[in-house]
Amino acid sequence: MIRNATIMTAAGPAMRNGSILLRDGKIVEIGATVNAPADAVVIDGTGKYVTPGLIDTHSHIGAGGAPGGQGVLLNDVNEATSPVTAHVWVEHSVWPQDVQLPRVLEGGVTTIQVLPGSANLIGGRSAILKVVPSRTVQGMKFPGARYGLKMACGENPKRVYASRGPSTRMGNVAGYRQAWIGAERYRRSWDNWLAKRTGDAPARDLGNETLAEVLRGNILVHNHCYRADEMAQMIDIANEFGYKIRSFHHGVEAYKIADILAREGISGSLWADWGAFKVEAMDAVKANIALVDRAGARAIVHSDDASGSQRLNQEAAKAMAAGNAAGIPVTEDQAIKWITLNAAWALGLEDRIGSLEQGKNADVVLWTDNPFSVYSKPEKVWIDGAMLFDRLDPNQNWRTDFELGYVPRRNLR
Amino acid sequence: MTTATMTALARHAMAAALLLSASYAGAQTVAITGGRVFPVSGPVIENGTVIIRDGKIVAVGAGLAVPDGARTINATGKWVTPGLINSASQLGLSEIGSVQSTGDASAQGQDQVAAAFTVWEGLNPQSMLFAPARDEGITTVVVMPRGGLIWGQAAVITLVDGSLTDLVTRAPVAMVAQVGSPGQGGSGSRGEQLLRLRELFTDVRFFRDNRRAFDRAETRGLAASRKDLEALIPVIEGRLPLLVAVDKSSDIEATLRLGREFGLRLMLAGAAEGWMVADQIAAARIPVLTGAMNNIPGSFSSLGQRQDNAALLKRAGVEVLLIGNAGGGGADEPFNARNIKQEAGNAVAYGMTWNDALRAVTLTPAQVFGVAERTGSLQAGHDADVVVWGGDPFEFTTRAEHVFVRGVERDVRSRQELLTERYKTLPPSRWEP
Repeated sequence: MIRNATIMTAAGPAMRNGSILLRDGKIVEIGATVNAPADAVVIDGTGKYVTPGLIDTHSHIGAGGAPGGQGVLLNDVNEATSPVTAHVWVEHSVWPQDVQLPRVLEGGVTTIQVLPGSANLIGGRSAILKVVPSRTVQGMKFPGARYGLKMACGENPKRVYASRGPSTRMGNVAGYRQAWIGAERYRRSWDNWLAKRTGDAPARDLGNETLAEVLRGNILVHNHCYRADEMAQMIDIANEFGYKIRSFHHGVEAYKIADILAREGISGSLWADWGAFKVEAMDAVKANIALVDRAGARAIVHSDDASGSQRLNQEAAKAMAAGNAAGIPVTEDQAIKWITLNAAWALGLEDRIGSLEQGKNADVVLWTDNPFSVYSKPEKVWIDGAMLFDRLDPNQNWRTDFELGYVPRRNLR
Repeated sequence: MTTATMTALARHAMAAALLLSASYAGAQTVAITGGRVFPVSGPVIENGTVIIRDGKIVAVGAGLAVPDGARTINATGKWVTPGLINSASQLGLSEIGSVQSTGDASAQGQDQVAAAFTVWEGLNPQSMLFAPARDEGITTVVVMPRGGLIWGQAAVITLVDGSLTDLVTRAPVAMVAQVGSPGQGGSGSRGEQLLRLRELFTDVRFFRDNRRAFDRAETRGLAASRKDLEALIPVIEGRLPLLVAVDKSSDIEATLRLGREFGLRLMLAGAAEGWMVADQIAAARIPVLTGAMNNIPGSFSSLGQRQDNAALLKRAGVEVLLIGNAGGGGADEPFNARNIKQEAGNAVAYGMTWNDALRAVTLTPAQVFGVAERTGSLQAGHDADVVVWGGDPFEFTTRAEHVFVRGVERDVRSRQELLTERYKTLPPSRWEP
């Protein structure tokens, strides 16, 4: 039970002097006056803020572990051996002892989507993970979460496969379409067999199994794409084969087609201020997220970076300030959704996480100060009602196997 | 309209444009009044006034009279600071990261040594990335070369409009090198890398003392090219600092040993594990450039990386200059050199005092790089690098409302602002998906 805190619910306006009661892994009650049961641990939140656990739709943690660098061989992000690798599942790359996991937890992040890299047109299945200590990746997987499929546009695939193709954007598009044509045929043959169950079942094909699940609507598409015109091409391809794109990732030009994203029901997993590192990122503007939000599309702050993932709140604050500076008013109640509820929607988990509402999972962050302040830090973080991080009790905090002996203990205060 | 009239009109328009640009070039007098003024070189002045004339600060204080005809900026409720300095940047040296033809930060050198490389000569004064940095209150950057063993020479650049000669405030300000990445330096191990550096500095001495014999080809072979040996003479004479990018504590100690052996004036950059040897760094009076947004052991040389490194170093008595160290597309990328205020805010969140953090992005770098008589603090006679903020400069909600660089407030809109303006209202789409 946290009392007397400012509660940013992400479901409605922030509540001053609010209380929230967590029990058996769920949010039981939230409001101005909540009666604490006799056995409740009561935490005074005076002057502090409460938010839902933050959600990062774009992480490579675990698959691209730290320490990185030449010869370390902890890089299992890109299966850059063929432009279409729908058959790989990134969970088979995730190392649960990656030191970056406890660090993003300390940043208030409770759920991450780990994605395969962007070398390939179709990179494989994502994994939706709770940021919890576990000996196995299986122990981190979000129960019942739908998988995502990573797709990538533009410069990366055509650079990686320049010598064998695709080497152009038109080559990229032909590659997606060819893959979906095969997947459509595969889905039909399996659906026909499943309806009758006579004769031999069609041969299994790992890649097409994943793509067919996308066509059936059971796997959500996460599409790395920078340029507005390329996002439009990807929308045409999705319509041609009858699937939906759940989120465009990076989308530095999303603001140029914000109306179309809103109409198509596609979210934008975006950066606050990255850009200029390649030609397709040249038109990055800081008002991107605010413009997408204003158009009515779901705007999300994502990281693609284990460092940025630790400060999603700061990235959201920058994007909010940039919107306000550009004459696009953004409130804190809107901006909190960029790192919680909208991200939950992109992962298909908006009914379980992403806002502080009765019955939802007790993924909660207690902040020392307003999370949009640069001086604010998560003080405590709960996942499923279990306190997994407490800045005030560093000895209890999660240390990965890798850190033992190697990494000096850090003073978190 | 006749051709003659058109020409006359065009000439008239040009003259008007010239007049306009002349007035905008900083001849005007500006009085910033009523603000909370942080000179940094002295205590905060509540309700203070800063007067700017001809590109210089002419007065800073409380109760100053506003000169006749001055443009007055009412800064009541606002905070006034020196322009911020990002002390390690590739701003202007790399426009679009993946496009090699816009990258001018590194030299081929000879056997990983590029001491003679004067990186600023390839700087792009028209960089589109200056405006975003200036919009966040940055007026000055130290541009650094990178790559190899000896990377080249660094310069202090002021973000004014003009040609390169206008931009370069001081150069060189340091020789840049690295210790602890032997592979990058063309060595097989740390020991060999240190051997190589010792051989190099010894040969620089030899070259200095036997230059005529060298020119007559009467000496043994030396460990670097003539131009690189020449460029390193001020380093071994302690006249030009050697800025060493180094992370691991034992590599820092090796660097300090080298410094003592050859009488080098050292600075350290990165220094992930600096906190472990903070007392030694402080005792040797070596300034450290580091950030406050990284706690990831990104390599086996930075296992001790922690976010309060800057605060711990400062507490031990080390001069700290804050730089971007977030990694990824964060503050160490040219586009996000602008995020130095976020770095400072995080330094405060992780243990540094607010005043120390402000000093670490203003006066300390100005002093360390030898430009403190021109910038880094608000003092009469200094260049008018002045920012008026809506409030606490480190907070995200605070905007840099006025940014003066050498007395000029640039009012040309950035490429980013033009794009935002163009797409703020979307035209109807002729394509219906």
